[in-house]
Amino acid sequence: MKIEINPMTRVEGHAKLDASGDKVRFAVTEAPRFFEALVRDRSYRDVSHIASRVCGICAISHACAALKATEDAFGITTGPRIRLLRRLACYGEVLSSHALHLYFLAGPDFFKASSAFELAASDPEILRRGNRLKELGYVLCDTVAGRHTHPVAMRLNGFTFVPAEEDLTALLHRLENGLLDLQKTVSLFKGRIPEMERETEYVSLRHPLHYAFYEGDLHSSEGKTVPVAEYSRQIREEVISYSTAKYARWHRDSYMVGALARFNNNSDQLSPAAGEAAAELGLEAPCYNPFANTTAQIVEMVHCVEDSMNLIEQIVSTDHPAETDEPVIPVAGCGVGAVEAPRGTLFHEYHYDGSGKCTFANMVIPTAQNLANLEADLNALLPTLAGRDKESTALRLEMLARAYDPCISCSSH
Amino acid sequence: MRSKPRIAFFDFACCEGCQLVVLRLGEELFELLEHVEVVSWREVMTTASDEYDIAFCEGSIRWQKDIERIKKIRETAGTLVSLGTCASIGCHNAIRNDWPLDTLRQTVYGDPEFPQGIITARPITAVVEVDYQTFGCPVSAPEFVKVFKAILTEQEYSPPNRPVCVECKLNDYPCVYEKNQVCLGPVTRCGCNAACTGYGDGCRSCRGLMDGANLEGAVRALMANDIKRHPIMERVVSTHGLSEADILQMFGAYNTWPKVERKDYQYED
Repeated sequence: MKIEINPMTRVEGHAKLDASGDKVRFAVTEAPRFFEALVRDRSYRDVSHIASRVCGICAISHACAALKATEDAFGITTGPRIRLLRRLACYGEVLSSHALHLYFLAGPDFFKASSAFELAASDPEILRRGNRLKELGYVLCDTVAGRHTHPVAMRLNGFTFVPAEEDLTALLHRLENGLLDLQKTVSLFKGRIPEMERETEYVSLRHPLHYAFYEGDLHSSEGKTVPVAEYSRQIREEVISYSTAKYARWHRDSYMVGALARFNNNSDQLSPAAGEAAAELGLEAPCYNPFANTTAQIVEMVHCVEDSMNLIEQIVSTDHPAETDEPVIPVAGCGVGAVEAPRGTLFHEYHYDGSGKCTFANMVIPTAQNLANLEADLNALLPTLAGRDKESTALRLEMLARAYDPCISCSSH
Repeated sequence: MRSKPRIAFFDFACCEGCQLVVLRLGEELFELLEHVEVVSWREVMTTASDEYDIAFCEGSIRWQKDIERIKKIRETAGTLVSLGTCASIGCHNAIRNDWPLDTLRQTVYGDPEFPQGIITARPITAVVEVDYQTFGCPVSAPEFVKVFKAILTEQEYSPPNRPVCVECKLNDYPCVYEKNQVCLGPVTRCGCNAACTGYGDGCRSCRGLMDGANLEGAVRALMANDIKRHPIMERVVSTHGLSEADILQMFGAYNTWPKVERKDYQYED
């Protein structure tokens, strides 16, 4: 049986999926935009703004990784209020991105619909709920960063604008309603995720105090934890002839990043309601079903909404300033910044000369890190589909690729 | 009754952020879509059709094969709209056109010849005529809605041709120059409702220069080192230690394409 899905639909970016004989190939066909070259020779002032344009979905994560890397290079340590606000923006982005994936990209497959619009024709409330959850995430980002795509107010060592206390506390009511929508989301998707099992290496950030999104050390389920500054000595990227995105490996031939990897590594740090959602969905760590990445996203949405309420209380009771007009003094140096973008660990590295001009850049993108693992999963899945017709085989392969929530234009950047 | 117009969304090299802005319109989008039939939208639909009346295109031309693709879209669609700055003026994609492709490929892939098929980055407006242009990185949502309604009612749409300063003043925002920020608002096409300056950041000109903008004059006003320089600009330039080249580079982040439209420019096709 020969299957060609070109282009992949209901994913971000251009890719094709080919299956012939017993081999499946997932090729990234997106045009590279050469971001690592674009920022060279440019001022540190522009770097985070250009970097956020790598991705329309996870622009906040790219901005945060770029700011953290540049702050690292210049020897800047950010204050607690800045870190709390950035964390809140990251929560907003994770919530909106997961809601987009769940309701608009992957979701229609579970209801035999070809799009969210078609799904809405039979049940308009499903689309409305997905839209409300996505919008709630966007509003969190707008409040903290001025805008979700692309953030405005985030700058080195602070913000150009800080939300008023009442703007933050006004979000609490919406967040509570968000939890109600998430309860319905849990019921909607419960029991609908296909079964599969293939154990692999799970990689994410890990923080000693909280479920890591904005900060933490680099952690592998193989039992290794290193500072993120060591990423390029641990993770090897390689160019594959049929893909404009590079593949990555650490201890094994492939590893997985993203919601399921974070859940497997850090589920002990989930908020109480997120823990309950995981129990209701039957998700337990370690889980070796890649389709359950979608389930882990639901759990993370609950965590982000519940913990946002805690963060807002902490932010309003923290006095440290976050808004500053003080110019940053560039120094020659190198820096690395990593965050958990919605789809997994994102690394940015920059080198600057003494005048603050960027002389080197490297970005390692979550979806690129997942590609080798996705192909291994697709190849493990295909033989189990023997006996199905072509259409149903193709759909199941597509669903597995969608479960990774690939962000393809980001991966080739 | 006339049947509903068939619309399609397409994307070339970009971050797909403009399509997300469209999708974020939520209920407003769903109401707009009641007047049309969406037949192709790869990012959110599995089904697709090669027959459509109106095409919205995001992104820049980057592959050789993109040229044929956009020409085909142009032939098919009665109405073609460039969605956002990548499609209209090239955005960041065009920054590195001054560098040879083999240097770009060596820098990113460690191989001067991989991948094959890449050409000089350009907006779709440099390859085909478009009927409506929208701007912004990402596209301004109200501008998208205006254009959408203009198409359905067979009206023309002219992008606003005033500087961002006008929208700053209408909103009563303080001038960011007073906060020591360099701002490109005085020469940039408005229509964003001063989104960045409203949050205290300088305008980076993501909607491009307005028609007839005096770029050289703007740089001269910032750099003039005699008594003509305004005291606020004096402080901004000296605080940041900026040179004329630095300021021009800021202008170039989104506005590189018009520069390379020069006749002597060598395409690497």
